[in-house]
Amino acid sequence: MLSIKNLHASVDGTEILKGLNLEVNAGEVHAIMGPNGSGKSTLASVLAGKEDYEVLGEITLNGKDISDLAPEERAAEGVFLAFQYPVEIPGVSNVNFLKTAVNDIRAFKGLPPMLAKDFLKLLKEKRALVELDKKLTNRSVNEGFSGGEKKRNEIFQMAMLKPKLAILDETDSGLDIDALRIVANGVNKLKSADNATIVITHYQRLLDYIIPDFVHVLYDGKIIKSGTKELALELEEKGYDWLIKPEMAQ
Amino acid sequence: MSVVLEDKKQAFLANFVAKSADKDSSIAKQEALKALENLEFPTTRDEYWKYTRVGKITNANYSQSPSFNVSDISRYLVEGLGAYLVVFVNGFFSEELSEISQAKGITICPIAKARKEHVDEFDQHFGRLSKHESQFFSAVNTVYNTNGVYLNIEKNSVVDKPIHMINLTDAANAAYNPRNLFIVEENAEVTIINSYETISGSSFTNSTTEIYVNEGATVDSYILQNQSETSKQVNEIDVVQKANSIYTANTVTLNGELVRNNYNIEVKGQGCKTNLYGLCLTSGNQHIDNHTIIDHIEPNCESNEVYIGVLDDSSTAVFNGKVFVRSEAQKTNAYQQNKNMLLTDDASAYSKPELEIYADDVKCSHGSTTGQVDEEAIFYLRTRGVSELNARKMMIRAFANEILENIKIDALRAVLESKIDERFS
Ligand SMILES: Nc1ncnc2c1ncn2[C@@H]1O[C@H](COP(=O)(O)OP(=O)(O)OP(=O)(O)O)[C@@H](O)[C@H]1O
Ligand SMILES: [Mg+2]
Repeated sequence: MLSIKNLHASVDGTEILKGLNLEVNAGEVHAIMGPNGSGKSTLASVLAGKEDYEVLGEITLNGKDISDLAPEERAAEGVFLAFQYPVEIPGVSNVNFLKTAVNDIRAFKGLPPMLAKDFLKLLKEKRALVELDKKLTNRSVNEGFSGGEKKRNEIFQMAMLKPKLAILDETDSGLDIDALRIVANGVNKLKSADNATIVITHYQRLLDYIIPDFVHVLYDGKIIKSGTKELALELEEKGYDWLIKPEMAQ
Repeated sequence: MSVVLEDKKQAFLANFVAKSADKDSSIAKQEALKALENLEFPTTRDEYWKYTRVGKITNANYSQSPSFNVSDISRYLVEGLGAYLVVFVNGFFSEELSEISQAKGITICPIAKARKEHVDEFDQHFGRLSKHESQFFSAVNTVYNTNGVYLNIEKNSVVDKPIHMINLTDAANAAYNPRNLFIVEENAEVTIINSYETISGSSFTNSTTEIYVNEGATVDSYILQNQSETSKQVNEIDVVQKANSIYTANTVTLNGELVRNNYNIEVKGQGCKTNLYGLCLTSGNQHIDNHTIIDHIEPNCESNEVYIGVLDDSSTAVFNGKVFVRSEAQKTNAYQQNKNMLLTDDASAYSKPELEIYADDVKCSHGSTTGQVDEEAIFYLRTRGVSELNARKMMIRAFANEILENIKIDALRAVLESKIDERFS
């Protein structure tokens, strides 16, 4: 589904991603772990189409090169990013913005706008899935939301947009135990044989709920180790030093 | 004054002479005539005109107002508003285009008629608030005005529907001086919409409006400026508020080459509320200047002022808001805010919110922000599939909404929303 080959990304002359390779197949869950500042969020932003980076390398989604597409075109192709720090947008209502998002994607695909009643039905259904308070959906996007509410709102949006490739950037941070379970549940329910999920996290805890097929360690802009879910347990126990040190010794 | 400047001034004033045929023997006119002997064109050396050059107004040649032939004004109406209509074309009152059914408790008529038929009321109020002795354009208006609206709302009358005054021009380059006088008596309530539009060509509108908001009265006023991109306007609004009255003004500027609005509000009674809201959306080389003065003279009053600008291309917006709190005006609550969003690097905003406080027990705050569209927010919206154009539109609408949501008339708000959307598509 997603194929990344020799991806480099720099900003203002500083290289952050330094030749990254990743293959994600439909139906799979990949976890990306790694120390602070290693480039995880940068990878997520680059995949979502953020224009601030100078990008080299190849990104294909279902065989289609998406590296020159605008963020909204990537969204229409099925890419979704749950932000590590969701943006507050005063004055733009959650509901109106989602309606525009759904219909702009439909327009991109040559479909007519969704009927108002169908949209409301979808909204209700997905709100229930992540147990998001109705009041929150009517408020301005993330404005004044608590940390956990913002994360839940990200998963709610993901549910509304049904992406093929979902990238969750530290969606678990700031969530209480119940919220973590609800959010993980939501993600699991949305999982299918023809979509894939990348979860960026620091903690094994989330991976107890969302069980990954593969775990990767991102360090200094590259994936330095890949394994199965056992790798996450090992990292939890030993930290990153044992992986990084030999690398530095080279 | 130099001979050259004097000649220029006389040449400018000559544009208006022919039109002021109407007999006006008011004291104000005499005062203004006298003042004009010494008043000069404002220059950027005057603090009050620091950011706005009037050369575009004073150097132009104006055509003599031709007779007009306008029959369809539907596109200038607010759909679903059902208002009293008072229509002027090139400064002339159009009886045919207007719809002024007489209703109990209200008098609406052209000011030229009021001058003859409501002599006492007229004389007591006309020119008592306008700044014709100190301001050049106000003096010009006071001497050379031809027509405008006279409005008198009797005590305790609640006007059943809004009064919509439509000022149209249809000439190569028309210059006219609309003059309005609104007297709103005790506990009366009225909503007034004043729109300025261009059918064709250019114009210079030099408008002066005096508004008396008496005890317990409520006045909701809207000014909609949407003239052609080569039109100029100077607009003075002088208001006096008596105890427990509420005066709200919404000024929305969507077009015009040069627009200067001067609000002068004297709050002369306790328990008053004053709300001044403004929104300007500028593009091209437009220059929009909003000057406001709220003078709190008595205690226990509240004023709220929010002006918002969305500035595109190489346009300019100026905001200068002065709030005076006099020594007697204890327990005043005054809030003043100016926010500008610059859509390009070439757009500029000059913002000067000012508070002058002489009382000690007051709550006052003011602020000003100028910034760009939040690009992080745009990226966020786009990652959800929202097109870049729609994302920008949403951000602009959200910014402008702080003013739009104050507009209580749904039909009017809808018109403005669609005009704003049109503008950015
Ligand atoms: N716009 C930028 N300009 C300069 N440096 C940047 C910019 N964006 C990111 N960086 C740097 O790139 C590095 C990677 O940042 P990134 O946010 O991708 O890390 P991360 O792996 O997500 O970290 P964390 O676990 O703390 O979330 C950091 O050193 C960061 O300071
Ligand atoms: Mg990060």
